[in-house]
Amino acid sequence: MTADTVLASTPGGMPAAPVKARRLSTPVILLLVAAGLLAFSAVRVITGADDITSSGAVRAALASAVPIGLAGLGGLWSERAGVVNIGLEGMMILGTWGGAWGALTFGAWGGIIAGAVAGALGGLLHAVATVTFNVDHIVSGVAITILAFGLARFLSSLTFANMAGGGDTQSPNVPDLPRISLPGVSALDGVESKHWFLVSDMAGILRGLLTDVSVLTLIAIALVPLTFYLLWRTSFGLRLRSCGENPQAAETLGVNVYRYKYYGVVVSGALAGLGGAFLSMVASSIYREGQTAGRGYIGLATMIFGNWRPGGLAAGAVLFGYTDALQLRRGSESVHALLLLIAVILLAVGVWQIVRGTRIAGLVSIALAAPVAVWYFTTDQIPVEFVQAVPYVTTLVVLALASQRLRPPAADGQPYRRGGG
Amino acid sequence: MKRWDLRRVLPMIIAPIAALVLAALVSSAALLISGKDPLEAFSAMFDYAFGPNSGPDVTTEILNKATPYYLAALAVAIGFRMGLFNIGVDGQSRLGILAAGALGAASFLGVVPGPLRVVIMIIVAMAVGAAWAAVAALLKVYRGVSEVISTIMLNFIGGAIFAYLLTTERLGVKAVGGEIVSTPLLKSDSWIPGMSLFAGTANKMFGFAFVAIACGIAYWFLVGRTRFGFDLRATGLNPSAAVASGVSPKRMVIATMLLSGGVAGLVALPEVLGRDHAVTTSTPALGFTGIAIALLGRNNPVGIALAALLWAFLDVSNLPLDLLDIPKEIVTIMQGVTVLAVVVAYELAARVGRRQQQRSVGAATGEAAIVTLGIPAAIAAKLGVEAVSAPVEPPDSTAPTDPTVPGKHREEQS
Repeated sequence: MTADTVLASTPGGMPAAPVKARRLSTPVILLLVAAGLLAFSAVRVITGADDITSSGAVRAALASAVPIGLAGLGGLWSERAGVVNIGLEGMMILGTWGGAWGALTFGAWGGIIAGAVAGALGGLLHAVATVTFNVDHIVSGVAITILAFGLARFLSSLTFANMAGGGDTQSPNVPDLPRISLPGVSALDGVESKHWFLVSDMAGILRGLLTDVSVLTLIAIALVPLTFYLLWRTSFGLRLRSCGENPQAAETLGVNVYRYKYYGVVVSGALAGLGGAFLSMVASSIYREGQTAGRGYIGLATMIFGNWRPGGLAAGAVLFGYTDALQLRRGSESVHALLLLIAVILLAVGVWQIVRGTRIAGLVSIALAAPVAVWYFTTDQIPVEFVQAVPYVTTLVVLALASQRLRPPAADGQPYRRGGG
Repeated sequence: MKRWDLRRVLPMIIAPIAALVLAALVSSAALLISGKDPLEAFSAMFDYAFGPNSGPDVTTEILNKATPYYLAALAVAIGFRMGLFNIGVDGQSRLGILAAGALGAASFLGVVPGPLRVVIMIIVAMAVGAAWAAVAALLKVYRGVSEVISTIMLNFIGGAIFAYLLTTERLGVKAVGGEIVSTPLLKSDSWIPGMSLFAGTANKMFGFAFVAIACGIAYWFLVGRTRFGFDLRATGLNPSAAVASGVSPKRMVIATMLLSGGVAGLVALPEVLGRDHAVTTSTPALGFTGIAIALLGRNNPVGIALAALLWAFLDVSNLPLDLLDIPKEIVTIMQGVTVLAVVVAYELAARVGRRQQQRSVGAATGEAAIVTLGIPAAIAAKLGVEAVSAPVEPPDSTAPTDPTVPGKHREEQS
């Protein structure tokens, strides 16, 4: 229905070339992680920006990555079933209210459930509109976001306004979920504060990842492999994904496409709601209006960044969560330090591309490295406003450079009517 | 074909009314659950907006609120007519107004006469809005990036640039003793005067409202009466048919996004030129509101105007609800439900319309019978259709055919 179909079919447009699946094997991934670690500690030692690998930054990055990742997982479930879910933001808003209200009424675990249920109801509404009534997916998502904002406000004026310490736009303090630490790890504090090359960095990262971790964080992390297992290793998942790839074919094989689309979208809402509950219960232990601050959209971006796969999505969530976290920890200097890393990476990629024979791409990369390096050496920090924009710029750059390699579900966003094939 | 086929128009009129009724019912239910009287709430809202006491004041305020809404919705509607989602009205309008506001107050333009400066501001706001939209257009055309995602990202990036530039170190100034950062105040010769509409109020309608109305007329003319508008609608309705008839989709995407972004650049001008006379950090963001109003108004210039007025009425008239101890957020719920209900209602109306069209096509299958007999329709018409088709029962026997007018049903299908 949109101009996309036209653009895809023009001869001048980018041909939908079959993407060569270059799967990363475990040793390669481990090598990449090790190289990344080395690069980060080198940058830290050279620039003196201690916060880029401190345990506090890592912990904050994990906490920022969880809601983004949950929203992204939500988007994944929905889009794999063929329904574009731009209402993730709205479902997250419902989740923030649900989490806070549930936690205040039924205790912390009740908050998790209430948040997920509130988000799932938003998802159900989206499913009714898009699947049953065939409303355009984007339109429905926009409407749900508008509705969710008003609904959360209305509900909190009914509930939180009557509680001590609460008001129309914020709740009283929400009971916290239990936090877990791996015993013994906190002893690494001494090592981290020495600022040794590599050793202190590893200590900081381990401390950040293994101490004082909320239960909901663990649940969220577990949901990534669980999603992969359910969607790619079970017949349920195969059916659900077939609805996103070719619903007519699925229909001929006896799959109830409507039902699987409903499953996908409702689970999507529940995950987004869980992300919202994390914001109001764990990240800030209070419900505040406007708390989601566009994280639903970043989640959507993460899903695209991760090429509609759980692993890539998790990597994207960590990346965006990390930039988000650096904002709070002397972001201007930390991100400035990372400019050096970006320049070096661009240079390396450029040289590699020239060696491989793609000269133009290589020269472009090297040409891009120069201004980044100049930027690094001529300034001391990056304006904090630009630090906030990092996830969005990254997404645009990734989309611009790699959109031909991305492969969304084939029937994503297309209307489907039973027997209409 | 008759231009106003009642059977097709009627569902399209009933749909928004049904959606409004549903929205009123849902919000009434929400009020009843919270133990309030919905009728009391609605009558208080109406009384506040149109009653003798506060009416003149508040009605003017509604009109003033509706003006930027109208512009934002027009910007969205231009894209919608081609099947493009410009969700980036927010970022486009912010950057546009910041550039216009900073330039309009700049000292080197001080010698330029006021009205000319207003024209320069309008042009700059449109150009910057269009340029920001062009980023999304180029990404779509050359890199295949969906404009839905790119415009959302550009909104946030635009917001960051806005916040970066509107600080006291750069374009902003701080009023003496105040905390609000804004661009320098515009000289009074480039303010657009307001118009008193009603007796008994000091409130004036924005003069810029006439520019908004002119934009609406221009939109109607461009989309409905020009070659470009025809191509635009054709691409929106059936992309592959449009391409087959020689429309270049790339050019259309770029032109449409530029137009949409240009109108988006105007969104904040009514308030800046007519009331605030400076761009502040609180200059409103209207992205999603514009989308909702365009949907509500069915991309029709008059429909959008009505929808903008309705939206503004709901926004403004919720003030007295606080006095009745009714949560005024009920209005936001009403807005959300209206949008959702209206898109569902239009979808259902379109389905009813399609079914009726199919039925009339079914009724026309007298002609199909001729084809099955091996005689091309045009020749059959010359030969005299009655003789051939009379004995053949049309497949859909519920709808009667009219074999005496052979050309009629063919026209209906086209």
